[in-house]
Amino acid sequence: MIAELGHFALALGIAFAFAQAIIPLWGAWRGDIRLMQSAPGLALGQAMAMVSSFACLVWVSVSDDFSVSNVAENSHTLKPLLYKITGAWGSHEGSILFWCLILSLCGGAVALFGRNLPAGLRARVIGVLALSSCGFELFAILESDPFLRIWPPPENGQDMNPLLQDPGLAFHPPMLYAGYVGFAIPFAFAVAALIEGRMDAAWGRWVRPWTLGAWCCLTGGIALGSWWSYYVLGWGGFWFWDPVENASLLPWLTGTALLHCAIVVEKREALKIWTVLLAIGTFAFSLSGTFLVRSGILNSVHSFANDPARGVFILALLGLVIGGSLLLFLIRAPLLGASGIFAPVSREGALVLNNILLCAIAAVVATGTTFPLFADLLFQSKISVGPPFYNITVLPLAAPVFIAMAVAPLMAWKRAALVPALMKLWWVALVAFLVGLVSAFGMSALPAMFMAFAAWMICGAFADIIERIRLFRVPFGNALSRLINLPRSHFGTTLGHAGMGVTVAGIAGMSMAVQEVVLVHPGETVKLAGYEWRLEEMHNAVGSNYNARVATITVSRNGQLVTTLSPERRAFTTQTMTTTEAKIHTNLLRDLYAVLGEERDGAAVLRLHDNTMAPLIWLGALVMGMGGFCSLADRRLRIAAPSRAARSLPGAERA
Amino acid sequence: MIRALVLLAALAFSAPAWAIADPAEALPDPAQEARAVQIGSQLRCLVCQNESIEDSGADLARDLRKIVRQHVAAGETEAEITRWMVARYGDFVRLRPPFNWLTALLWASPIIALGVGIALATGLRRKAEPPAPLSTDEQQRLARLMEN
Repeated sequence: MIAELGHFALALGIAFAFAQAIIPLWGAWRGDIRLMQSAPGLALGQAMAMVSSFACLVWVSVSDDFSVSNVAENSHTLKPLLYKITGAWGSHEGSILFWCLILSLCGGAVALFGRNLPAGLRARVIGVLALSSCGFELFAILESDPFLRIWPPPENGQDMNPLLQDPGLAFHPPMLYAGYVGFAIPFAFAVAALIEGRMDAAWGRWVRPWTLGAWCCLTGGIALGSWWSYYVLGWGGFWFWDPVENASLLPWLTGTALLHCAIVVEKREALKIWTVLLAIGTFAFSLSGTFLVRSGILNSVHSFANDPARGVFILALLGLVIGGSLLLFLIRAPLLGASGIFAPVSREGALVLNNILLCAIAAVVATGTTFPLFADLLFQSKISVGPPFYNITVLPLAAPVFIAMAVAPLMAWKRAALVPALMKLWWVALVAFLVGLVSAFGMSALPAMFMAFAAWMICGAFADIIERIRLFRVPFGNALSRLINLPRSHFGTTLGHAGMGVTVAGIAGMSMAVQEVVLVHPGETVKLAGYEWRLEEMHNAVGSNYNARVATITVSRNGQLVTTLSPERRAFTTQTMTTTEAKIHTNLLRDLYAVLGEERDGAAVLRLHDNTMAPLIWLGALVMGMGGFCSLADRRLRIAAPSRAARSLPGAERA
Repeated sequence: MIRALVLLAALAFSAPAWAIADPAEALPDPAQEARAVQIGSQLRCLVCQNESIEDSGADLARDLRKIVRQHVAAGETEAEITRWMVARYGDFVRLRPPFNWLTALLWASPIIALGVGIALATGLRRKAEPPAPLSTDEQQRLARLMEN
């Protein structure tokens, strides 16, 4: 009964989506205000239908209704409640429904928080969002129905892949999807601007908070995913240049470029055509990221199901959305008008450079990800493109971005002088040089160089603030009041750039990580990285749906106990799979990391890591995300909304 | 049929490595072991999805690790070992694709992307030339306005 309700709600959502796509767009075309005014109501209707549908899926999952095929394939009576809930978006069908849910929520958010938009623009944005909703909800109900019944229902389910039964992975997909799908809003704004043939500074101001919100979620989603692979996959790696990871990195790169471009549109009405193209491109990468991976075209550790019928449907859908919007772009982009003028050396110029480099990195990653596929299809030649390729090609493109990040905020709009901007950064350069020099004693040349870049970025980010409040040049109290009155978006920039620096420092610092694989008996001690790791004992433990072998390891330094780690090996009964549960002790500057391996004659194989600076990788992402939210809280984003100022702010955050 | 079997085998190993390498695998000389890790991390585990033989828990990866270590212990260079691997498993085994006519586009992608970006930016800039200087008529009008 509940499953049928969910199915019905999904169908209702599709009906709403079609109405929401046709009526407002038609109304905006005819200039009929009544038809345009129907957009918010329809968008909210679709969002409510999709929320009900997804709630039904969670309900059948939690109530162990194994007559629903999706639940039977991905759940089990013994699965912990948390994973029964998160399993609703962990499976293939569920994740597609979840994707549609977020897309409908985006429409609802624009309906609720976009009241200060001109009626025509709002109708078109909501209509375009609904157009894509139609396609993907049709895909959900026709090709990947999560509510499909099976007869006879099995006695129990097949359980979920134990790797996915992890709190980190439980919350990684919602964050990531909110990021992916959130870019649908800038996309819809871009398509609406193309239809209207008009784009001005106000457009930039409306688009920026949505882009920023999506960007924050995507940053968080990628960081969570990377953190998950760091502690679940059990060998201390955090980024593998795997096709799925690349698929999430691509919209992040172009989305970052879009974020910066939207600023130029807002402040200077320049780079309009380029911004529209970036908005389309970012959503195109988001779509192909989710769906090419799901279709099984790109093989990867993360692929769910491979099904040719789904693949064809998805490819057709992608072709329609991306091809259609690009066609519209080709026809209508010249209408958007000439750009504002600026000299090559200016804030705009620096942002153009940032765009070229970020997009070049995205192009390289996209080429590397799809190249094996084309080489196989066109030349029957099997080749691999792995981490060494990306390290060689991406790092030289990333280095100039890192350098420019500190300089650009200090440059003036329109026309700037490079030398004075660099002069203001003399102390930053000195700090970076010293950090690089000191690092060179502990690590090899390349990571030491990136440590210097990290210091340059972090200090450079704060140099911007110091310049703005004229610290040490005006009396201290004066500087303090300047600091308090500084718009929050400046702190957003600073935190965003500094966070990137912290992440780079973490990645560079990981080159100092040491690890050792040892075979030890209980009571024996191993020395690694100045710590004594002593295997105390081993025992059995029973979890809700697994049996575990647990080792107790005490880690001490100079006789002083630092921590006790108890890594596990878990044998999952239903899925007949063994996973290792790494245990990590962190002091935010280094991780002590222990994994338990097989046992032989009373001795256990242990893998011990001392990962210097590893936590900084994710701390940096956290700081970046905080920067984004700080910027969202800027009151200048509200001033653009004259009458309903106070209420338009939450719209910037994700619903 | 063979294809299906290969796919099945690939699926069986598609879960990333939990199996921890046997400590006995490592070479006694730390310098040689470091070199073996460096070489192994450039070689793909053939039955896994995008994992190097150093990271993988698959049996094949373990065998390849052993082979790499034997060759390192015999004093062979990285180029020699890579050649040995490519002769048996093809270029598929290299995580860093070789540079040849097929991969030229791949390796040139950073330069092409950068070139296209710069060309586009300069092209757009040329289009957005500053407006023409004021004509004498306009200058006179401006002067009149300024006087008032």
